[in-house]
Amino acid sequence: MRWIWIDKFLEFESGRRAVALKNVSLAEDHLHDHFPGFPIMPECLMIEAMAQTAGILVGQANDFREKVVLAKIGKAVFFDFVRPGDSLRIEAQISSIAPEAAGTTGHILRDGQRIAEVDLMFSHVDRNLAGKTFPEENFVFTGLFASLLRDVVLDATASPAESG
Amino acid sequence: MTMSRDEIFQKVQEVLVDALGADDDEVTADATLMGDLGAESIDFLDIVFRLEKAFEIKVPREELFPAESLLNNPDLVNNGKLTEQGVAELRASVPHTDLTEFEKDPDINKLANLFTVNAIVNYIDGKINAA
Repeated sequence: MRWIWIDKFLEFESGRRAVALKNVSLAEDHLHDHFPGFPIMPECLMIEAMAQTAGILVGQANDFREKVVLAKIGKAVFFDFVRPGDSLRIEAQISSIAPEAAGTTGHILRDGQRIAEVDLMFSHVDRNLAGKTFPEENFVFTGLFASLLRDVVLDATASPAESG
Repeated sequence: MTMSRDEIFQKVQEVLVDALGADDDEVTADATLMGDLGAESIDFLDIVFRLEKAFEIKVPREELFPAESLLNNPDLVNNGKLTEQGVAELRASVPHTDLTEFEKDPDINKLANLFTVNAIVNYIDGKINAA
């Protein structure tokens, strides 16, 4: 994981569900281009917020042994604009998990109002794409995000490799 | 729990419409998952997950879509075609799939055509109605 797009976890139930917080700030560069004079958060970045929340949830379920990559966006529906100053509550839950992959469902709320519904699938890449090899080190879960989990999951910080 | 084939087909159809973004009328019994409905590898897992939920059963991926594991074995594949042993193993691993056409020319590229909507219905039928 090369960048972090969520601010912190509010709740984390290992292997089940996670809730993350994302504060949207006008200090984010892209809001000045999207769009000039009318800053709204790009929907793809709402999917990214869900992918990080749900992806870390899936990764932690296997103690970060798997390289968890986003494989499929099953559903992404948006109900309102998100503007600078908004606080987003990103709720994700694991709907299915197997050795090769996991499915998650989730929604994004602002002040209790439903902003988006996003269902994702993640692949554990070493167990798919037979024959292709990937680097030994877990390039998905670097130490970068460990601090996110420090307060919500005991001993979670011990597992991810220190790099990134 | 017993279900008629029509009921099973209807549920399988719903699963495939949701998983592949296909239209109801595209998901016919003879439609192939990859060729006709555009399924990719991750979709097979998605389908497995959704079938498990819809029918409340466990679906081991290699049981429903076993061909992937055969393809990596040099005893079973030669020159882009399944060997006699390969065909035998395939037949044993997919009792719910009709292989008559495929056996005439067991080209591995045609394996994709074996994954039809009907094969899934047969599999589910065997799973929930056989017991």
